[in-house]
Amino acid sequence: MAYKIYKVNEEFRDIVPQEVIDLEEKATWGNPKRGVMDLPVSKELLEEHSLCAGCPESAAIRYILASLPNPEDTIIVNSTGCTSLVFPHISLHTVHSLFGNQNSVASGIKRVLEWRFPDKVKDVVVLAGDGATVDIGLDYTLQSFFRQEKITTICFDNEVYANTGGQESGLTPKGHVFKMAPKGKQFEKVPMWQLAIDSGCHYVARLTVSSPKKVERVIKEAIYVAREVGPTYIHLYTPCILEIGLNSDDGLDEMRSRDKERFAFFEYKTPEAEEVIAKYKAEGLL
Amino acid sequence: MAKLGPAHYSPYPVAVYEGVLTPPKGKALMFTEIVDEEIAMREAAKAMLTRENATIFPGPQVLYAWNEEAKEKAKLIREMAEVLNAKIIPMYDYRPKYPKIDPEVEINPNHPNLTIWHNKIKACIFIGVHCHYANVALKIIRSETDCFTIAMCSQAGHEDAMITLRDQHVEEIEKFIEVAKEVKKELGIS
Repeated sequence: MAYKIYKVNEEFRDIVPQEVIDLEEKATWGNPKRGVMDLPVSKELLEEHSLCAGCPESAAIRYILASLPNPEDTIIVNSTGCTSLVFPHISLHTVHSLFGNQNSVASGIKRVLEWRFPDKVKDVVVLAGDGATVDIGLDYTLQSFFRQEKITTICFDNEVYANTGGQESGLTPKGHVFKMAPKGKQFEKVPMWQLAIDSGCHYVARLTVSSPKKVERVIKEAIYVAREVGPTYIHLYTPCILEIGLNSDDGLDEMRSRDKERFAFFEYKTPEAEEVIAKYKAEGLL
Repeated sequence: MAKLGPAHYSPYPVAVYEGVLTPPKGKALMFTEIVDEEIAMREAAKAMLTRENATIFPGPQVLYAWNEEAKEKAKLIREMAEVLNAKIIPMYDYRPKYPKIDPEVEINPNHPNLTIWHNKIKACIFIGVHCHYANVALKIIRSETDCFTIAMCSQAGHEDAMITLRDQHVEEIEKFIEVAKEVKKELGIS
């Protein structure tokens, strides 16, 4: 594919809304150096979203979309959850899988794309919540790691099943009480980043989205490593401010406070991943 | 399609349930009848020229300049709108835009009835809309409105439209414009 599909025919330029013209003229297509610093001056690939006001997940999605090195040739696979409310609104190819199936679907897409377009770079990125990644889809997630599928998996960890009323998930910390988990979580938070390392991921990162530049670097490194070596995993803390009883403008402070404790920045790279990252740094792409 | 809408939701208005299928190659579908393409084109032009607020809904396959045929079709659709005295409202993507769309400037396949109600459209042409979304939109339109739908499809056509013209490429669209000019003259419309 090329970003020609965003070029509006001359005959129709006067009848399509400005947002569509902007997508052609002001979005950062074809520029691997694009990043979060372009956000104030370029057209975003997300026109609007239907998440709650102040939701940190919406910030995470904006940073991720701004950081994709190759958006015109990126396929996003998502799953059921809060994030699935956003994906119909973005200007990229997205596939909504069944709840939990996202890594299996992404594996198939990646394999077919490699077969169908052997001379082109096509990135496949999974974006799913903690329920899809760690509870319902844990088997599929880990299988894609075991099988060394060249995909990037990004988990939005809000530590709860948020849009169904507040049930505990595997990523809820022990003891946390939610509206529909009144006794408190009985077991520890699943250390998904460690499972990803043990299962064969070549690049793993755990962080909050309080720092856009850091999110950009992690996303780019993970995608480049997945492109050339094998599976990569990013664990992002995107708290559900509603379910933990915060106001719309408290999301950033919540993430900053967790930066110092259970979501302290953590990164793991295999020697092969280090090589790839060094190569892209030398090319000025990181 | 058997009848003009609104059919509402009971029974769910799916033409195949009523035994209506897409036309064979070289033919067109007009309501439940398989007819010659030219006959269907004449009726389509007549509907567009005589019903209120006729509108063309171009979809992404013709709105965007992604290949030479799309560029060519865009020019022809403009000409077609002029001949049919029709408005053009684009279906530029398929996002389920909530909580609202602007029905003056866009049509969305997930609730096309809003645009049709708002603009009181009584006849429309779908062109360049990907088949799966055309199928959804045409069903909703028949369900909720009395709009006369015409599908100009580059593939097998859409049984849910009142008139479906299949395999419509540049040559066929040129032919339709010529037919529309003739019909317009016969009807004495300027």
